[in-house]
Amino acid sequence: MPSPRTATYRAAVLEALFGEMRLDDSVILMGEDVGVAGGVFKQTEGLFAQFGGERVIDTPISEAGAFGIAVGAAMTGQRPVFEVMFGDFITLIMDQLVNQAAKINYMSAGQFSVPLVVRTAVGIGGNLGPQHSQSLHAWPAHIPGLKVVMPSTPADAKGLMAAAIRDDGPVVFFEDRMLYNVRDAVPDGDYVVPIGSADIKRTGRDVTIIATGRMVHVALAAAELLAKEDISAEVIDPRSLVPLDVDTLVASVKKTSRAVVVDSGYRQYGVTGEIAATVAEHAFDWLDAPVIRISGADVPIPFSKSLEPLVLPDAQRLARDAAALVRGQR
Amino acid sequence: MTTTALDRRTSLSIFERMLMMRHFEEAVIHLYKQGRFVSHYHIYIGQEATGGAVLEALGEEDLICTTHRNHGHIIGRGCDPNRAMAEILGRATGFNGGRGGTLHITDPSRGFLSTSAIVGGCAGLATGAGYGIKIKHEPHVAVGFFGDGSLEEGLVIECFNIAALWKLPVVYVCENNSPGAMGPLQGGYPTATTATDSFTRLPAAYGIHCLKVDGTDISAVHAAAIEAVQRCRGGNGPVFIEAFTTRWPGSSPLWPELATVTDLNEAWDPARIAGPNADWLRHHDPLLRAARELVAAGYASHDELMARDKDARTRIAAAANFAIESPMPAPATVSDHVFA
Repeated sequence: MPSPRTATYRAAVLEALFGEMRLDDSVILMGEDVGVAGGVFKQTEGLFAQFGGERVIDTPISEAGAFGIAVGAAMTGQRPVFEVMFGDFITLIMDQLVNQAAKINYMSAGQFSVPLVVRTAVGIGGNLGPQHSQSLHAWPAHIPGLKVVMPSTPADAKGLMAAAIRDDGPVVFFEDRMLYNVRDAVPDGDYVVPIGSADIKRTGRDVTIIATGRMVHVALAAAELLAKEDISAEVIDPRSLVPLDVDTLVASVKKTSRAVVVDSGYRQYGVTGEIAATVAEHAFDWLDAPVIRISGADVPIPFSKSLEPLVLPDAQRLARDAAALVRGQR
Repeated sequence: MTTTALDRRTSLSIFERMLMMRHFEEAVIHLYKQGRFVSHYHIYIGQEATGGAVLEALGEEDLICTTHRNHGHIIGRGCDPNRAMAEILGRATGFNGGRGGTLHITDPSRGFLSTSAIVGGCAGLATGAGYGIKIKHEPHVAVGFFGDGSLEEGLVIECFNIAALWKLPVVYVCENNSPGAMGPLQGGYPTATTATDSFTRLPAAYGIHCLKVDGTDISAVHAAAIEAVQRCRGGNGPVFIEAFTTRWPGSSPLWPELATVTDLNEAWDPARIAGPNADWLRHHDPLLRAARELVAAGYASHDELMARDKDARTRIAAAANFAIESPMPAPATVSDHVFA
């Protein structure tokens, strides 16, 4: 049997972009250095040559203005994919995202939709310091009207980018540039992963580990460590934060009776709190222990190689905490 | 006495827009005082010549973005005053189904984009609409109406740069109604929160063609708007128009007050003008000025203008009744349209 077709995470997202831009002339790409340079991490390579400067647009360093323009364009017939170079810079577009894009469909009673995608790459662990290392996905996830997706694999990245572009409302797409070179099976051609569908990345019996983005890989590594101790972990990737596939998460927890939520964002008022509370609300009578949370520390992410790992979840700590949970030790 | 350089048809068309705008706004204040709606709201009285003349210069396919001070633009464009008033009263029959209210009235069928109540927000949307027009190679323009305060927001400056760089067909109409002074006559601005002595320096820094006009002069505003629209349609890039008006006294307090009440007879019988705001009525009311100009040009008699005035009052009274009698939105619809 021939081995499945593989691609890197970076290439998979590019495949989706090429595919959607070919299918629909109204899809445009805007951002800093996305055109001529092909993206500072080569994440948009080749698009400018294929589609030209009217559809692949280099903007000045004016995130707020450029994104406001993307919103106006989205309301008047275009389907922009707007790149924010580093996830941290999503702060610069917040007013246009929160007070315009998220609300225009509602405020106009459905007369306008805002079919755009905000694409941003996060990447803790690259020694880039506090202003270039954050994953702020909890912020847009907090705003009614925004969908938020966070693919962990090349196939999910391709499928969710296609879904995001086809969605008639604003979708924030968080990718992890530390995954750009990860290679895995990616379906050829047209491939869409529905927004709002979780994926069981590893089946198990003893504990449910719900993990987002790159933490899915941390969770899978922890599952391997746990297997050596005869603990069978089920790893679920929500893939979309909004809308959240509560049914899949809850079904798993009803099976295992124990849950750990792992996310790379800050702990305080973050994603792990939302998912843990939701699981507890729906599966309280099936739980044998509280839902535990493993997240980024509530600390700005430090530059030094000796400090940075201390503020991030890792497989060893996750395995240790999950094992303690299973054994009834807290 | 000033007269108008415009032809009869254009002058009367602008005047009728202004009559509708004026009576609508007075009705809004009445409805607020009657407790028919609760909100902070913003009145366009005193700026009708700017909105009316610019809207007269636009085509049906042109796009418009406005701000929290949108009633004048909506009514002046010819949108249904019934649905506009219903929106202000939060009714289901309003343009936004009661979801937006006074701050966000929009009618996409007449070219309006989402109406932003975030100061400066409409600059992004209008510029984006201009981008869409350009890449679709359409001969239309996008107009962004905003006030002098918007020029303090960084977003607007970023949009100037991008619109100029990409030669977008956007007309930025800055309605400078800062209280007390006419900028060019007094050599500066009374706003305490800008360090520039002329707002046009900001777009001009990016090479944007700038025009300054008396915002109460329908001929001057119309001429500037025509020039702007033609430049844009010709692919020459954005234009910035600064239109000066003297803020209506009723818009000076924190909440609008009915500081003056319209009586067109005051246009040709100024002895009737009295009260604490007589000076504003005599020298700064664009509606009375336009009426005087129409009469001076021989375009209409007093009676003809009064007949139009009565028509506008009747239509607006009907709009108020429509709004008052409209149902509130059904509670079951509260979550509709969160997602497209």
